[in-house]
Amino acid sequence: MRTKTVLIIAAPFLAALLSLFLGAYGISPLQVLSALRDGLAGVDSPETAIILDIRLPRIVLAGLAGLALATSGATLQAVLRNPLVDPFILGISSGAAFGCDLTIGFAPFIPLQAAAFLGGGLAVLVACLIARTGDGGMSRLSLVLSGVIVSAFFSAMVSLIKFFVEPMKLQSIVFWLMGSFSLAEWSQARSAGIGILLGCVPVLLLRWRLNVISMGDEEARAMGINVSRKRVVFIAAATLAATSAVAVSGIIGWVGLMVPHLVRMLAGPDHRRLIPLTMAGGATFMILADTVARNLTDFDIPVGIITAVAGAPFFVYLMKRNGKECWGR
Amino acid sequence: MIRVEGLSFRHHHAPRAVVEDVSFTVDNGRIAVLLGPNGSGKTTLFKCIAGLWKSCGGTVRLDGRETDGLSFRERALLLALVPQDHTPPFPYTALETVLMGRAPHVGLYASPSARDVDKARAALETVGVGHLADRPYTRVSGGERQLILIARALAQESPILLLDEPTSHLDFRNQHAVLSWVRRVAGDKGLTVLMTLHDPNLAAHFAHQVVLLKEGCVIADGIPEQVLNEGSLEQLYGVGIGTVADAGRRLFYPRSA
Repeated sequence: MRTKTVLIIAAPFLAALLSLFLGAYGISPLQVLSALRDGLAGVDSPETAIILDIRLPRIVLAGLAGLALATSGATLQAVLRNPLVDPFILGISSGAAFGCDLTIGFAPFIPLQAAAFLGGGLAVLVACLIARTGDGGMSRLSLVLSGVIVSAFFSAMVSLIKFFVEPMKLQSIVFWLMGSFSLAEWSQARSAGIGILLGCVPVLLLRWRLNVISMGDEEARAMGINVSRKRVVFIAAATLAATSAVAVSGIIGWVGLMVPHLVRMLAGPDHRRLIPLTMAGGATFMILADTVARNLTDFDIPVGIITAVAGAPFFVYLMKRNGKECWGR
Repeated sequence: MIRVEGLSFRHHHAPRAVVEDVSFTVDNGRIAVLLGPNGSGKTTLFKCIAGLWKSCGGTVRLDGRETDGLSFRERALLLALVPQDHTPPFPYTALETVLMGRAPHVGLYASPSARDVDKARAALETVGVGHLADRPYTRVSGGERQLILIARALAQESPILLLDEPTSHLDFRNQHAVLSWVRRVAGDKGLTVLMTLHDPNLAAHFAHQVVLLKEGCVIADGIPEQVLNEGSLEQLYGVGIGTVADAGRRLFYPRSA
């Protein structure tokens, strides 16, 4: 168990190192290392610029986004007691995209991060309200379905914005929506990093309580947890983390669903381990996916396509494996 | 001690109260069993006593403290609840499950300490399932799962224990095994126990006190020898009841069915 833990925690750093060596502009591993040294010493060269200002911020941003989306997914799965949800499926990503597009198109003075959080927050609120039954419960199937409804609605709103917006802005919206880190800069890593930190730290601190809350509201209350209050905190934190990632990368689906499940298979469901390992796993997964995205072909494929190609079959696998257990109450 | 006074509960827009003016007391260290047919309001009464449902009329005192206005944590320190059998969404191990009972003792931003883990292990040992500590809680038998849930309630270290139909999913042997553990542990630790059961014979055998609940009202309350007889059970369940006596025990059976 301990070796496994160490390996998972080390994985994102190894993935980042690997990713640093690979890219369109051929730089040998030795040159990469000397460029890193030059960069630290303040010497300018084309290689230093490529490594430090293009590849490194992109890797950091991908890692942060993967960490945020995966943590958000693990948190939502526990507080909603539903192994089939993540920020993408619940419509948080579409809501955030709507907020961002509205800002890009019509209100550039509103910070992207704030717009994404408001849009994503609205989406998750509506999805939970639709799924709620009279007795305050929530069936797993209806929550997934209401996520589909909310996603569809916000996607339609995004299309509407695309229809009305100026052509120049349309281009940037379309490209941004595809989900990509190709325009990553340090400033983006900083702005996303703040939101991701603010979202992930409370989850990390309170993570053991996810175990208790996942047993159901009444049981958790009987064990002394104020479930309603904690749930708001967890959902807000998960939303903030996910929307901060969406604001800089566009919609990248499935990471939040896949990574927590993979980590659970390796290290069990206890959130004391699951949350930190999911953070490491999410970062690793996204760095690798983005490395594939930029090296697979001569084009820089949007990374959202790579994650979807991996994620959709994974969802089918989860559904088949858990069968009735997943769809029941 | 559990003291319930004038407890009533009515669902929104419901014409009739589910529980009406219920009063009874369970003394310290006693095991009380709540008997009643389906729909008699047992579950409602339980949730009101456990403080899971708001807006229950009347008062509930746990060890002398009125429960109105207590936080969930304060209440959890007085009273632990063993729920009916359920399927958790994730396959936690037995130890991880029992550890959850330490929630009211763990600080706001903290995780359970080594001491909490020791207490959880000890609770598993107390009910004889220490060997299951690292097994996924979803892959043990129904009887073992019930014992793990009881261990979780013990780990909470509350003086009062509520068990909601602890035998409902168990086979004949396990019903007796689980209730024997409850009686033994309650005796050892001096716990006050209130549980709901469906079988008057189990109540007669394991309870110090029996409360009969019909249509939301208490129709009898006292020691099993007094309360449990053909007349009271006929009134409670609405079927003819017969008795056989053997080896100093009375066994009830439905005559008409």
